[in-house]
Amino acid sequence: MSNNLTLRASVLSFVILALFLAAWHIATRQTGAVANMDPEYAKLMGLTATTGKSAMPGPFDVAAKIWEHLKNPFYDRGPNDKGLGIQLAFSIGRVMLGYMIAVCVAIPTGFVIGMSPLMSKALNPFIQVMKPISPLAWMPLALYTIKDSSISAIFVIFICSLWPMLINTAFGVASVRKEWLNVARTLEVRPIRKAFTVILPAAAPTILTGMRISIGIAWLVIVAAEMLVGGTGIGYFVWNEWNNLSIVNVIISILVIGLVGMLLDQALARVARLVTYPD
Amino acid sequence: MTLTYNNEDKFISIEGIARRYPKAGGGETTIFDDLWFSMNRGEFSCIIGHSGCGKTTVLNILAGLELPEDGVAVVDGKAIEGPSLDRAVIFQSHALLPWRTVLGNVSFAIASKWPNWSQEKIRDQAMRFIEKVGLKGSELKKPAELSGGMKQRVGIARALSIEPKILLMDEPFSALDALTRGTLQDEVRRICLETGQTAFMITHDVDEAIYLADRIVLMTNGPGAMVAEIVENPLPRDRGRIDLHKQPDYYALRNHLIDFLVTRSRSFKDAIPEGYSKRHPPIVRPTSAPTPKADLSAA
Repeated sequence: MSNNLTLRASVLSFVILALFLAAWHIATRQTGAVANMDPEYAKLMGLTATTGKSAMPGPFDVAAKIWEHLKNPFYDRGPNDKGLGIQLAFSIGRVMLGYMIAVCVAIPTGFVIGMSPLMSKALNPFIQVMKPISPLAWMPLALYTIKDSSISAIFVIFICSLWPMLINTAFGVASVRKEWLNVARTLEVRPIRKAFTVILPAAAPTILTGMRISIGIAWLVIVAAEMLVGGTGIGYFVWNEWNNLSIVNVIISILVIGLVGMLLDQALARVARLVTYPD
Repeated sequence: MTLTYNNEDKFISIEGIARRYPKAGGGETTIFDDLWFSMNRGEFSCIIGHSGCGKTTVLNILAGLELPEDGVAVVDGKAIEGPSLDRAVIFQSHALLPWRTVLGNVSFAIASKWPNWSQEKIRDQAMRFIEKVGLKGSELKKPAELSGGMKQRVGIARALSIEPKILLMDEPFSALDALTRGTLQDEVRRICLETGQTAFMITHDVDEAIYLADRIVLMTNGPGAMVAEIVENPLPRDRGRIDLHKQPDYYALRNHLIDFLVTRSRSFKDAIPEGYSKRHPPIVRPTSAPTPKADLSAA
């Protein structure tokens, strides 16, 4: 039954994809009307006006370019011409670094907030103010104080990953079932052991949910951050290709950003499944 | 009647404890105050009373999870100041850690009691008690894979595995179906008799109390609950669950308890018998023989 459903869903997905590609292909074919104009002027006007060819690439153009990228993802021909693989590696590296630092800060802090009603109340106003700030708003301050664009991007990732993890950890720790804590109390479990053997496993699913939200936000923000700081990364690549008027590469970047984001999310979803307990 | 108080043989002694909660509109609600009773070593005691009379509070005080505002609960000559591994609790909701297996849950308790034990020793001890409650073969299952009765068995194994001085049970079988409840009552009674385990249990179930308890503490309705009397179980020690009702004193005891729950738990406060002392609640032994029902002189 469920197998059958999966199969039917896959077929439907495939049909939707095929329809989309066909519509795309038809929409970006030769448009026909070619204005008769002075050849000097035609040079300025570009392909749309002179040959009737749409500047928007069709699916075959994109596929050909993807193949080109796949054949050679890691070439490096100077600052403005690096392979897609290299650009992605830069972005993922920044995200991982900023995210890991955020994990190291958010989970212990969240633990403290979750365990102590005093800390929770005391820190709550700060969290509430800091949380809604767009991470990019920190960028000028980061650039000014850190004086390094690459580290500033990492800082921006750090600051945007922090809040969901912090809030979820605090919530998960604060809402550990009283009966489990009572078990720990009647067994005279020492605080450190209790933190690792009762509270952490009990709160782990909630913490992982926070980590999943964070990685999603971090991947959204890295593209914007790299557009600002420039140099390397997939965000910079998108903007650079826009300046090159290479819509094909822009489309490919969009696709790749989506795929990587999905993989990051799936990786954390897998970890979340490991720590989730049926109740 | 003398008011001398001797601590002899009283393994657990509840001495004038009081518990009060602040009321929503100011002031306090007294759940109970000046509550006294005691239990002997190796004895199985049940406490019965209606919801809200503070039974669970008494158990929590014995567990050390709550502290009384006044008075003291003494176990084995020492006042209770907090939870202790000497007093194991079987929770109504079983309270197993769902991310640990049966073995993991029992081992967790054992490792807490004896932190220096080796892995194998902990495992052996855990397996011994898992076998005792009839769960051999399920030790690697997670609680979610077990039925309600099996979960409660794990709770029992966890509590017994740390070899506590006292076993405290908060309506451990109330969430189970009648058949499962019966078999678990048998197991608990067998284990307690075999090991001479001192046990204290909260229950709503009169037959459960008659079957399991040597002494039954009757608590009046709250707020301001009192120990109306302590009922000694006149049934023979080798009683069986199935033919409980064939015992000569069964109906005398059962009627006494039902009568208490239905009427006296409510009316006791308004008509306190002469000579009643909170400090020495009367000890009663209902039998079918036509002797005076209540013997008001404290034992």
